[in-house]
Amino acid sequence: MKEVNHFRRVTLWWLVVSIPATLIVVLVLAPGMPPGNGTNQAAGQVIDNTVLFGIATPVTVAVLVVFTYSLITFRERTPQVAAEGPALRGHAGIQLWWIVVTTGLVLFLAAYGSIRMLEDGAGGGQGPNPIAPIKAPPGQRTLRVQVVAQQWQFTYRFPQYGGVEVPNIELPAHSTIQFNVTSLDVIHSWWAYQLGVKADANPGVNNVAYVQTRGPLTFDVHCAELCGVWHGYMFGVGHVVSKARFAAWIAAKQKQFAPSLKKLGPYSKTYFPQPLRRGG
Amino acid sequence: MSTTAVTAPPRAPLWRRLMGFNILTGILLGIGGWYLGYWIGTRLTGESFAYFASEAGQNDIAIFLGYFLGVVGFLAGLGFLNYPLRRMLGHPPTLAEKESAETHGALRYFSLSTDHKVVGMQYLVGIGFFFGVGGLAAMLIRTELLSPHHHVFGANQYLTLVGTHGTLMMGMMTSSILGPFANYFVPIMIGARRMAFPRIEAFTFWLLMAAGVILLTTLAWGGFQTGWTGYQPLGAQGTAGFDAYIGFFTLVGISMTLLGFNIMATVITMRAPGMTWSRLPIFVWGVLATAFLMLLAAPMLAAALMMATMDRTIQTTFFIPGYGGSSYLWQNLFWFFGHPEVYIVALPGFAIVLELLPVFTRKPLWGYRLAVAGLAGVTFLSFFVWQHHLFVSGINADLRPFYMLSTELISLPTGFIFLCCMGTLWRGRIRFTVPMWFCIGWAFNFLFGGISGVFLSDVPSDVLTHGSFFSMAHFHYTIMGGLIFTFFAAIYYWVPKMTGLRFNEMLSKIHFWTLFVAFNATFGPLFAVGWLGQPRRVVTYPFGLQTLNDVVSIAAYCIGVSMLIFLANVVWSLVIKREPSVANPWNSKSIEFQLPTPLPVHDFDRIPVFDADPYPYGEPVPAAPAFASGGGQV
Repeated sequence: MKEVNHFRRVTLWWLVVSIPATLIVVLVLAPGMPPGNGTNQAAGQVIDNTVLFGIATPVTVAVLVVFTYSLITFRERTPQVAAEGPALRGHAGIQLWWIVVTTGLVLFLAAYGSIRMLEDGAGGGQGPNPIAPIKAPPGQRTLRVQVVAQQWQFTYRFPQYGGVEVPNIELPAHSTIQFNVTSLDVIHSWWAYQLGVKADANPGVNNVAYVQTRGPLTFDVHCAELCGVWHGYMFGVGHVVSKARFAAWIAAKQKQFAPSLKKLGPYSKTYFPQPLRRGG
Repeated sequence: MSTTAVTAPPRAPLWRRLMGFNILTGILLGIGGWYLGYWIGTRLTGESFAYFASEAGQNDIAIFLGYFLGVVGFLAGLGFLNYPLRRMLGHPPTLAEKESAETHGALRYFSLSTDHKVVGMQYLVGIGFFFGVGGLAAMLIRTELLSPHHHVFGANQYLTLVGTHGTLMMGMMTSSILGPFANYFVPIMIGARRMAFPRIEAFTFWLLMAAGVILLTTLAWGGFQTGWTGYQPLGAQGTAGFDAYIGFFTLVGISMTLLGFNIMATVITMRAPGMTWSRLPIFVWGVLATAFLMLLAAPMLAAALMMATMDRTIQTTFFIPGYGGSSYLWQNLFWFFGHPEVYIVALPGFAIVLELLPVFTRKPLWGYRLAVAGLAGVTFLSFFVWQHHLFVSGINADLRPFYMLSTELISLPTGFIFLCCMGTLWRGRIRFTVPMWFCIGWAFNFLFGGISGVFLSDVPSDVLTHGSFFSMAHFHYTIMGGLIFTFFAAIYYWVPKMTGLRFNEMLSKIHFWTLFVAFNATFGPLFAVGWLGQPRRVVTYPFGLQTLNDVVSIAAYCIGVSMLIFLANVVWSLVIKREPSVANPWNSKSIEFQLPTPLPVHDFDRIPVFDADPYPYGEPVPAAPAFASGGGQV
């Protein structure tokens, strides 16, 4: 009887399954993945996820194929006979190749992720001294928006517009925006889903994140860090609108909130309000 | 030492045996200790409290003193003080706590016993109880999430359920393999008659039970809102329910530290002749690696909790920003414990699978050294990844590439484990027993858990999924799909040996398949829920996600049904039917299966001498000594 080359069969199965699976995942599924292409950072996350899918799919398929093939082919066909398998205790070549290949994949992933992160900040909070600051193109200025988190709402201050503080957010399209996220009490996390931005709000910390908006967009805002009893209700909606509409909106808000601005403290990177009280 | 035949004294009547040092006395003294501590605390601080009245009107000092003296009373009632007091008074050392089956019967399971087999059973049942409580909390969480707007629970009760579920599972289930199975089988596997420190072994168990009760008292205080992570300064706002969280996790931290330390000492110093490092069963390697993690990580948790306690009682401000404290400090300390912690719950699973696969493929473990390297690599690397929990927090943002690399590097040793599994399956003669099915379930679940971890470790991808249901699905795939599946594999594999009774094959298989399908139907969709933007621990969510959430909730109930089937299996097989199991139901070559069932009190008549590792499947059997094949010889 001819010896079956199991290794070659598994490799063939892997190719047969993984090539179409990877193509479907990378070309069909991944491009439509959240958070969509509303901003440069969100689109960057989609591209990043596509690359990760492209690597993860063949790896997953490989393990699944080996397991499935083994469980079917090497099942005990005569359980009443107390037969034992071959005493294989390892194979230096396979182990070496496995180490080389997985190390290569991991190093590539880490390098790729780092480069992507440094390229556009990836929308993540970068702390007070950003490692990947995004500069507005020449001739434009970066809009600075302070996100102030407290139990249980987000408010927004615009230091370039007199430090006006408003309860909802609108942003200009086709602009570079710098968020300075901070908290008044406990740890929150400002998650603007379609913008592709997430940054923790720590009390006493100025956490900077960037986004480059594209066209008009409606985005959901959630608190993504457990912040107490009404954490689940700490959500809202924001809009990216045309530059002209944004200018009109912020002018109206400056007028509307001018009285409260007098009572509000001056703009600052961080705030230390009243002492913490029990009972939250 | 040869076992001397001790003629058992006649058993005292039941009422007489109930008097003395056992769980009843422990509970009574524990309650007494609580009131004493609370009273002292109130006397100590009552006046200043009247002055600095807090909004909640609670006296944390009194509560902590109550917990402390309650635990001391409970342990004293169990008899933990007897030995040190007797030694101080000049009495000779005894092993009187090694209550024998003859004199104490089933009561030895309800008192301080230094027999590692009794402690193993105590752990299994005790942890199983709290696993049930935690699972019930999960069912209630999913009930609340059936609808985004109709509420079964208030927001506070909901968060309490989330916190109780997470804290119980992460605190208790940490010891779910090491407590029952390592305490029971590691001494036997390495050819020892007991653990290195039998009293400490019993201490870790009873401490854990006291901890579990303390956590449940949080319900009486109105719960806590922080989840299992206990983030500060949110925790500092909490009412006395957060004191219960601190009390629980402090005791768990101490218990874990001692458990790890005991196992390390046992494996390093008490191996029988011939049990060299390269013959050590892979399960023992996995347990040893976990013990290292426990010993090094858990004290960090206890330290952080001490600081939180001081913030709440004597008005320090470690974690209070605005008074010089930092919310980052807690996050760092907690995750420096918390990330090794998730490997503390993953590694025993690896070890079980690697230990069981050779038995059911009838092949030696493939790539033993690589498997050991994998376990050691995970252990080492797990201390260098904790800041990936803080990727968007703004701390040390410049170090994110490093943590990205270290996190992704940890998939290398995990990959070793998978390679060893595949190598062991390769050309084996695979027998599809129930433990084997659970191992296969582990491989499937952990594969997806690991792959989704790659997405979370990559900063640009993590910005989307951080703190969402995606990460929650990820760690349930690794912990529930990893640890719990292997926990059941271990139960089906070893409990017949521990009890001498057989499980019902049909019910066991139904249990596996319902659990496997329901588990994947529950947590698979949660990846999508997270990607679609549902943050963790929310009591309400966008309307568009209701369908997915309902699918998840219904699947979660199916997990509950599956667990009830398991419970029915336990009751039917071990209580009602009681079919005896043969000494070696799996035809395993590991030494514990060469011993008679039930295991003798002292395990071995003589300390065995090992001349091979326990996986000589398919290899010529050496001229058979007392133990039929491989493993150990007497």
